[in-house]
Amino acid sequence: MTKLINFSNGKSGGAYAQDAYAPVTDDAALPDGPVLVSLARFQKDRDALLARNTPVGIRLQSSENPEQLGKDIHHFALIALEFPKFRDGRAFSWARILRTRLGFTGEIRAVGDFLYDQVNYQHRVGFDAWEVPDNFTIEMFNRALTEMTNVYQPSSDGKKTIRELRASR
Amino acid sequence: MLNPKQVEPNMYRYDEFDARFVSERVEQFAGQVERRLSGELTEDQFKPLRLMNGLYLQLHAYMLRIAVPYGTLSSRQMRRLAHIARTYDKDFGHFTTRTNLQLNWIKLVDVPAILRELAEVEMHCIQTSGNCVRNVTADQFAGATDEEIEDPRPLAEIIRQWSSLHPEFVFLARKFKIAVGATEKDRAALQYHDMAVQIVKNAEGRIGYKVMAGGGMGRTPYIAHVMREFVEREDILAYLEAVLRVYNQDSRRDNIHKQRIKILINTIGPEEMRGRVAREFEEIKRTGTLQLPQEELDRITAYFALPRFETGLSDDMPEAGKDFADWARTNVHKHRAPGYAIATITLKTPGQVPGDATSAQMDTIADLMDEFSVGEVRVTHEQNLVLPHVRKKDLPAIFAKLKELDFASPNAGLITDIIACPGLDYCDLANARSIPIAQSIAKKFENLARQQDIGELKIKISGCINACGHHHAGHIGILGVDKKGVEFYQLQLGGSGAEDASIGDIMGPGFTEHEIAGAVERVVDVYLKTRKDGERFLDTYRRLGMAPFKDAAYEKVAA
Repeated sequence: MTKLINFSNGKSGGAYAQDAYAPVTDDAALPDGPVLVSLARFQKDRDALLARNTPVGIRLQSSENPEQLGKDIHHFALIALEFPKFRDGRAFSWARILRTRLGFTGEIRAVGDFLYDQVNYQHRVGFDAWEVPDNFTIEMFNRALTEMTNVYQPSSDGKKTIRELRASR
Repeated sequence: MLNPKQVEPNMYRYDEFDARFVSERVEQFAGQVERRLSGELTEDQFKPLRLMNGLYLQLHAYMLRIAVPYGTLSSRQMRRLAHIARTYDKDFGHFTTRTNLQLNWIKLVDVPAILRELAEVEMHCIQTSGNCVRNVTADQFAGATDEEIEDPRPLAEIIRQWSSLHPEFVFLARKFKIAVGATEKDRAALQYHDMAVQIVKNAEGRIGYKVMAGGGMGRTPYIAHVMREFVEREDILAYLEAVLRVYNQDSRRDNIHKQRIKILINTIGPEEMRGRVAREFEEIKRTGTLQLPQEELDRITAYFALPRFETGLSDDMPEAGKDFADWARTNVHKHRAPGYAIATITLKTPGQVPGDATSAQMDTIADLMDEFSVGEVRVTHEQNLVLPHVRKKDLPAIFAKLKELDFASPNAGLITDIIACPGLDYCDLANARSIPIAQSIAKKFENLARQQDIGELKIKISGCINACGHHHAGHIGILGVDKKGVEFYQLQLGGSGAEDASIGDIMGPGFTEHEIAGAVERVVDVYLKTRKDGERFLDTYRRLGMAPFKDAAYEKVAA
């Protein structure tokens, strides 16, 4: 079983959250309410999905560049980026592009095979929701985000870099 | 361990931010080690985490690779490395072709303590392995040679900081090596790197950066392509980030042997790569967050200020006998300041393991650094050390001390100054031993007059196709292979890692470990008989091609 962690409780740090989206396989009928579909399903049923007036999420594989969604990107409330195995780091760049180039402001969710030790990097590049195994606690999540206080690079999190901190001393 | 003579050289010093960053990283890794020891992490999960911190599992034990950023070490750091090798390892360390130091017999439980000891002297193992941006290397004569446009180390330090735990690029398709140079003469093998930056001046006399990418050794060697002839100073991080982003997005991930950036660039073509990078570059520039302000460049550059050189020194080479003159001829290079010199300490006395130094030798070198070279030493990709700022009048005293250390071989750049990877004696990946081959060739050519007659000749030996011993770039390259449980050694001729970079040509079937040194000797003899005035081995090979060398090499080998 998996659980969802995001920042929805408005406090600092993560919290368990209800997953509002129903994952729908490529040939299943669409249920009522928010759905999460693949790129292939979206391309096949684009107009029907957008006409439903309920939130649509898309789940992209690590080989699927989100730029190919073009202007449709803003129809999605959720983009789930998949880590097929934790060594495959392409989604780090996809999240970064979604946030900084494409201006995507919806939820970016990490799904698939990733490690505790990657959560902070994911957070930095723009992920704000994580589908985690049951034994992944909030305490672990918050620790992952705070092990390293400062950073050297600007990223999607807007965190002040060490260079900026030096300059403002 | 406070040494009263200790001199603090002009090099980058951690401020409170760097210090905190490294010490938090140490504790983070200590936590990962604990989770591994408790079984919470499987070896498969631990592997990429430990690799990102320079920890390999070798044939016999863990190997820890300590970063020596752009090859620069202070005497304080050298003494700490000696202490760590003495306390936690078998009393010696190995300087590598990536200018790092490897310890070959480490216990996992000791790693956090070692990392804490390193952090105290502003050192770390961050990203010395794993599929991320590796330790940045540079010209070992940086700041000391008058050939350079400017010292490349400030930029290398800026790249080190930018690439440290870069959130987007720590799970790349494969490793990513960057080198920086600032001279036409290339001592850092720039064109064999995943990415290289050469500091250049444009037609208007403005300093900027030429960026190359896609070079590499391994099973598919390539010379790098120029990505952009001139990148403005303030844009350099934006440009490097653009190259890395294109690589991270577009590289294959389905075949570990085809995942380096060299494969991507040579598959889509350099023109297409330049186009993709240019587009990313414009986007990143537009956001503006990676612009490198002049003040930051100035701030970092100030750390590397030239030491105050004495004036009025004689610029003549001292007279101190034939042995000294022999050493000075090969191991001493021109310095920017009159009366000063750059001295290379080759860790290659025939019979020695290339690149190895004992703790006692490291301690004595630290003393030499303090006494004669403003507390500083450089590690070179040819597995040697360099005292960058020594007074010429001190050279005889330095030479005498090096003799006591058995590090006074007058062979820098000569045939016995051999690069060799650790090979099957240590390495899990190796197919064949490298060290004994290096030793037997060095012994064969031990006679100094003969070495001097042969002149510049770079032999580079790798124990497997991963090419850590740079065999593709050797004037004579040797590759160890395994044929049904027997070690064989293939010859490659005509490679170069310098500004005239080329990939060596494979001669043919391999030689046994007993035949290889003789084959090398016959190849060298062809050169001696056919060279024209002033030609190096490499020049003669390029003029004549493989045939005469091949005929001679196989002459005495049974079919």
